[in-house]
Amino acid sequence: MEHIRLPKVEKVRLIDKISSRRASVGTLYLTATHTIFVENETEIRTETWVLHSLVCSVEKQATTTTGSPLLVHCKNYQALRFIIPQERDCHDVHVSLLRLSRPARYEELYCFSFHANSDKEVRGQAWDFLSLKAEYSRMGVPNHLWNLSPVNRDYKVSDTYPAELYVPKSATHPVIVGSSKFRSRGRFPTLSYYCKENHAAICRSSQPLSGFSARCLEDEQMLEAIVRSNPRSDFMYVVDTRPKLNAMANRAAGKGYENEDNYSNIKFQFIGIENIHVMRNSLQKMLEVSEAWSPSMSEFLEGLESSGWLKHIKAVLDAGIFIAKAVAEDSVSVLVHCSDGWDRTAQVCSVASVLLDPYYRTLKGLMVLIERDWVSFGHKFSHRYNHLDGDPKEVSPVIDQFLECVWQLSEQFPCAFEYNERFLITIQNHIYSCQYGNFIGNNQKERTELRHQEKTHSLWTYLWENRTDHINPLYRPDHSQTQGVLRPVTAPYCFKFWRALYNRFDRGMHPRQSVIDYLMAVREETQQLEEQLVSHEEKIAILEKEQGKSIQTKTNTLDRSHAVWASPPSESCLGLANTPGDYSGLGDFLSSSPCQQTGPESSLLILPRPGERRKPSDPDLSTNSDDQESGIADLSSPPSEDSAKDPDEAAYSAA
Amino acid sequence: MEFSEHIKTANVEDVVLRRPFHPPMQGTLCVTGHHLLFSNRDGDSSRLVLLLLRNIDAIEKRPSGSSGTITLKCKDLCVLQLDIPGMEECLNIARSIEYLSSLDIVSDMYPFFYRPLKLSLQDQWGLSSAEQNYAQMEELQDRWRLSHVNKDYSVCPSYPPAVIVPHSIDDETLVKVAKFRQGGRFPVLCYYHRKNGMVIMRSSQPLTGANRKRCREDELLLQAVIDGSGLGYIIDTRSNQQAQQARMTGGGFESKSSYSCWKRLHRQLERGKVLQESLIKLVEACGDHSHSVDRWLSKLENSKWLSHVHTALATAGLLAECVERDGHSVLVHGSEGTDTTLLVSSLAQLILDPKTRTLAGFLGLLEREWLLAGHPFQQRCAHSAYSHARLRLEAPVFVLLLDCVWQLARQFPLAMGFSEPLLLRLAMEVYASDYGTFLCNSDQERCAAGVKERTHCLFQFLLKPSERERYSNPLYEPTELAIWPSVQPQSLQLWRGLFLRWTQHAVHLEKAQEELRNLVIECRGAS
Repeated sequence: MEHIRLPKVEKVRLIDKISSRRASVGTLYLTATHTIFVENETEIRTETWVLHSLVCSVEKQATTTTGSPLLVHCKNYQALRFIIPQERDCHDVHVSLLRLSRPARYEELYCFSFHANSDKEVRGQAWDFLSLKAEYSRMGVPNHLWNLSPVNRDYKVSDTYPAELYVPKSATHPVIVGSSKFRSRGRFPTLSYYCKENHAAICRSSQPLSGFSARCLEDEQMLEAIVRSNPRSDFMYVVDTRPKLNAMANRAAGKGYENEDNYSNIKFQFIGIENIHVMRNSLQKMLEVSEAWSPSMSEFLEGLESSGWLKHIKAVLDAGIFIAKAVAEDSVSVLVHCSDGWDRTAQVCSVASVLLDPYYRTLKGLMVLIERDWVSFGHKFSHRYNHLDGDPKEVSPVIDQFLECVWQLSEQFPCAFEYNERFLITIQNHIYSCQYGNFIGNNQKERTELRHQEKTHSLWTYLWENRTDHINPLYRPDHSQTQGVLRPVTAPYCFKFWRALYNRFDRGMHPRQSVIDYLMAVREETQQLEEQLVSHEEKIAILEKEQGKSIQTKTNTLDRSHAVWASPPSESCLGLANTPGDYSGLGDFLSSSPCQQTGPESSLLILPRPGERRKPSDPDLSTNSDDQESGIADLSSPPSEDSAKDPDEAAYSAA
Repeated sequence: MEFSEHIKTANVEDVVLRRPFHPPMQGTLCVTGHHLLFSNRDGDSSRLVLLLLRNIDAIEKRPSGSSGTITLKCKDLCVLQLDIPGMEECLNIARSIEYLSSLDIVSDMYPFFYRPLKLSLQDQWGLSSAEQNYAQMEELQDRWRLSHVNKDYSVCPSYPPAVIVPHSIDDETLVKVAKFRQGGRFPVLCYYHRKNGMVIMRSSQPLTGANRKRCREDELLLQAVIDGSGLGYIIDTRSNQQAQQARMTGGGFESKSSYSCWKRLHRQLERGKVLQESLIKLVEACGDHSHSVDRWLSKLENSKWLSHVHTALATAGLLAECVERDGHSVLVHGSEGTDTTLLVSSLAQLILDPKTRTLAGFLGLLEREWLLAGHPFQQRCAHSAYSHARLRLEAPVFVLLLDCVWQLARQFPLAMGFSEPLLLRLAMEVYASDYGTFLCNSDQERCAAGVKERTHCLFQFLLKPSERERYSNPLYEPTELAIWPSVQPQSLQLWRGLFLRWTQHAVHLEKAQEELRNLVIECRGAS
C-alpha cells in the first residue's frame, strides 16, 4: 500500500490506561486495514488489532527520554498510547495512520475489501433479510388511508429521501410536489410510523420555507390530508424538535416553522433538542471525564454534569415520550421535523417507535427501525460518523444518542427488551467501522450508486446469525413490562452514565461477573439436560420394549464455572476477577516492600488489558468486548526503582 | 412506664392515609404505645397498615380549616401523609407520635414487648460466641490465644468479654496497653488470613499526646503480631494532618521511631456529623422532583455520599491488598476505633474471605465486627435523614457499609450468598426494629439491659428457612477467590434500591429481580 511508510516498528510500548505504569513491549505492524500490536515479551502471544476506519484521531506527543508517544483514539471509545523508541519512526507511523484512517473515496472503505470474494449470490440474498416493504405492511399500510407513492421513484423530488414513500391517500401528486418545494431539500411530510389500532401516525419532514410570512397552499393541503387520514382526531400536532430560538433564527434565511394561523387544525409545539454542534461538544467533554486517569468521584460527577450529555439524552427521550403519548393515548397524529429532518427528527421518531411498539424492542425490530428511520430516510451516516476525510463540523454522535436512549430504557425496564446492551454496542461499533455496507454514504441514492448490495456485506444478517450473543435472558414476550406502550420515569435520577459503551475498553471498570452470561449458561445447560432427558426416555422405551433389563442412565454433570466470570478465556478469567484495582493512589507503592511474595499461589498476578486478538479474516473485528482475550502481565517482576520510596514518608507527603 | 398518659386521642375515624404505590385509603387511625395502626373496612375485606413509631424520623403538621394533615417521614425513607378530621385530634396524635417515636430508655422500646407466637425467648440469642469462633480456627491457635481479660468489661467497656490476642502477650500487658489506647480499645485480632497466616488487627488510636508518650507494652504487642514476618502496615483512617492534630487532645498515632517495623498509611474517611449531613443531602436530592439533570448531578455530587463510598471501598481494597498480595499483617484504626475502623475491616474481610459472603457468614461478620466490636448503634442511628432534631452522635456508618456491600455485590453478582433485599432489610432494621439486635451501644450495655433475655434476635430470625429463602441470592456460585472491586467513579453507582426505594423506578427494577429469580428457579427445577 502506498500509504504505509513503515510497515513494522519494534520495541514499541503499549501503555495501559488504568494502571499507566504497566506497559507491554511488542512490535507494531501497519497493514492496509489494521494496525496490529503484538506483545512479545510474555509467554502467551497477545495481539491488539485496531481497524483503521475506527481511528478518529492520532496525536503525536512531545518526545521524552523513553521515546515518542503516539496517542490513538478510536470512534468506539478505545484509546491506546504507544511509545515508539525512535522519533522518526513515530513520525512515519503518525503520517501513515493519519492517511490510512481518513480515506478520500468511498471505494477505499473497508467494506469493499472485507470478504470481497465470497459468493455473490449468498451475499445478495443476505441483503434481502430485511425488507421495508414488509415492515410497512406489518404496520398495516398501504390501506384505505395510506398509499405507497411513486413520486420519488427516481429520487427526483427529494434526492435524500428513499424511493418508496407512504403518503395520505388524499394527497395528490401536485400536492406532494408542491409541498416538497416548500420544504428544505424537498423533504415533504411522509409516513414514519403507523399505529393500526387507532390510525394515528407519526409523520416526518424538514422545516417549511416559510421565512417571515411565506405560505404554500399545497403544504397546507398536505397537512390537512394527514389530519384527514386519522378518523379519530380532528387535529394533529406539529412538533419542531429545535429550541424555539434556533427555529426563529432560521426564518431570516427563508426557512422556519409552521404558522398555526395558516394551517387548519394543527397544534404547534417546540421541543428544545440542541443541534449537532452542541451535541458534538457535549460528547467531547464527557469523554474527557471518562478518559481521565483515575478522577475523583467529585471530578467525575462535576465533569458529567458540565458536559450536559445526560441532559441532552433526557431531552431526546422526553420528545419521544411526548409523541408516543399523543399517538397512543390521544390518538392524535404527529408531524415531526427539525431543520433538514434527518438528525433530531430521526432520533425522536425512532425513540417514539420504541416506546409505542413492542416489536422494536426485539432484535429484528430494532434493525428494521434503524433501517427505516435512519438509513432509508437519509440520515447522513458518512458525514456524521466521519467515514471519509471530510468536514469535522459535520460530525456528531446523533445515532449514538438514539442507541443510548434505548439503553437507558432497557435499564429501566430490564425485561422489556429482547436484545442486550452488547447488541447496541455492536451496532454502534459498526456504524463507525465501515466493515459492512449498511451505513456507507449519506442516503439511499448514494448507496445504490455505490452498488453496496453487490459489493459489501450486510450487518443485519451477521447480527442475526449471531443472535445468541445478543439476547437478553430476562426478556419475556408475555411479561407485563413487555406489553404495550412503555411509560418510563424521566426523573433526572433515572439517567445514568453508560459505562459499558464509553469505557468499553477499560475492562477493569466493568462488573467482574456477568449475570447475562450466567443466565445464558444456565439456560443452555437446562436445554441440554432436557434434550438428554428426551433421548434417555427414548432409549428406556426402546430397551424396555426389548427386554426388562435394568437400565443405567448416565447423566452428565455440566460445569458451569466458566460462566461465573465475566471474561471467557479460561486462563485469564480467574486472574481478571482477582486483580486488585489501584487502591493506593500512590501507584505501585506495594511493590517496593522488602518482602516480595514469590509463590504464585492464589495469585493475582494477572492483569487484563484492553486489547483484541483476532485474525483479520474474522467477520466481527473489534466488536463486543466479551470475545477478546486479555493479555497477561506478570506483576511479580522486580519492583520499579522509582517507587522505592518509604511509604511512611509518602503518606506524610501525600497528606 | 405508662404510655397511655402520652396518648390523649387513641382513635380517630375517617382518616385518609396516603402512601407510595397505593391509592388514598380512608379508615380508622389508632395510636398505641409503639405503633400507628390504620385499618380500613371496605365491604368484607379489611386492610391493616401497621407503622412502628420508632420508624418515624420527622413529623410535620399542617392545619387546613377544621382538620389537619400530618406528614410522617420515616427512617426507611418512606413518606406518608394522614388527613385527620378535627384539629384537636390532629394535634393530640402529632404530640403522641413526637413523644413515643423518640423514647430514650432501652427497656421501653418495642423489642421488649414484641412476642410473636413462632419465636421463643428461649431461643439462642446471637449466632456464635468468641469461644466458638476461636475454636473453629485451629490454624491460628499456636500463635494466638483467647483472652478473658475483659470478662467484666472493666478493661474496655466497648469490647466483648473475650478477644483474640498474640499468645506471647499476657493479660497484665493487655491491661497496660488498654490504658494507652482510647477507650481501652487495645489491638485485637479480627481476621486471620489462612493462605499466608497474616492478620488484620483493629484498635483505637494510641494516646501519645503532645509529648509523644510511649508505651512499651503496646510496642511489644504489635511486635508480637508481626513476629517473624518483619513488617506490618498500620492503616490510619484519618489524614496525616488529622492524626497530628489528635495529639493536641491526647490522641495520636504510632510514630516511626517507636514502631520501626510498622509502616503507616493514612486514608481520610469521613465520620460523624460530616457523614450524617452527607446522607441528609443525598436524601434531599433524591426527593427533589425538579426536572433538570444538571441540578440532580450537582446535588448528587454535592452530597459527597458516593465519594464516601469510594473512599471506604478503596481503603478496604488497600487493606486487603496489603494482606493478600503483599503478605503483611495490618492494624487498622482511626480515633475511637468504633466506626470507620469497623467499616474498613469488615469490607476487607468480604473481599478476602469467602466464608463471610454466605448469608450466615455475613450476619456472623456483622455480629463480630459491629455488635460485639462495639459500634454504638443507638447513638449512631437515633435519627436518619429527615429529622429536624439537632444532630448529636448520629452517623450512618452502618448504612455506608451496606452501600459498599451492595457495590461489591453489583460488581460480583454471583459471589454473595445473600441478595439486595437483605441489605435493604438491615438498612431498615438498624433504625427501627421489632428485634433487640441493634439496641444499645455495646455488648456490656446489652447485657445490662437484658436485651439477650428479653428480646428476640434478628440474625437468628433471618436464618430461619422461610426467611433464608427470601434473602438468598439465586445466582450464588461460591468462589474461593478474593473479589477485588473496581473503585473507578464509573464503576460505582447510586444505590437506587435504597435511596429511590419509594419511586416507580425502583418498582420496575424489583420486578426484574423477581423475573431473574423465577428464571433461575425454573432452570434449576428443570435440571
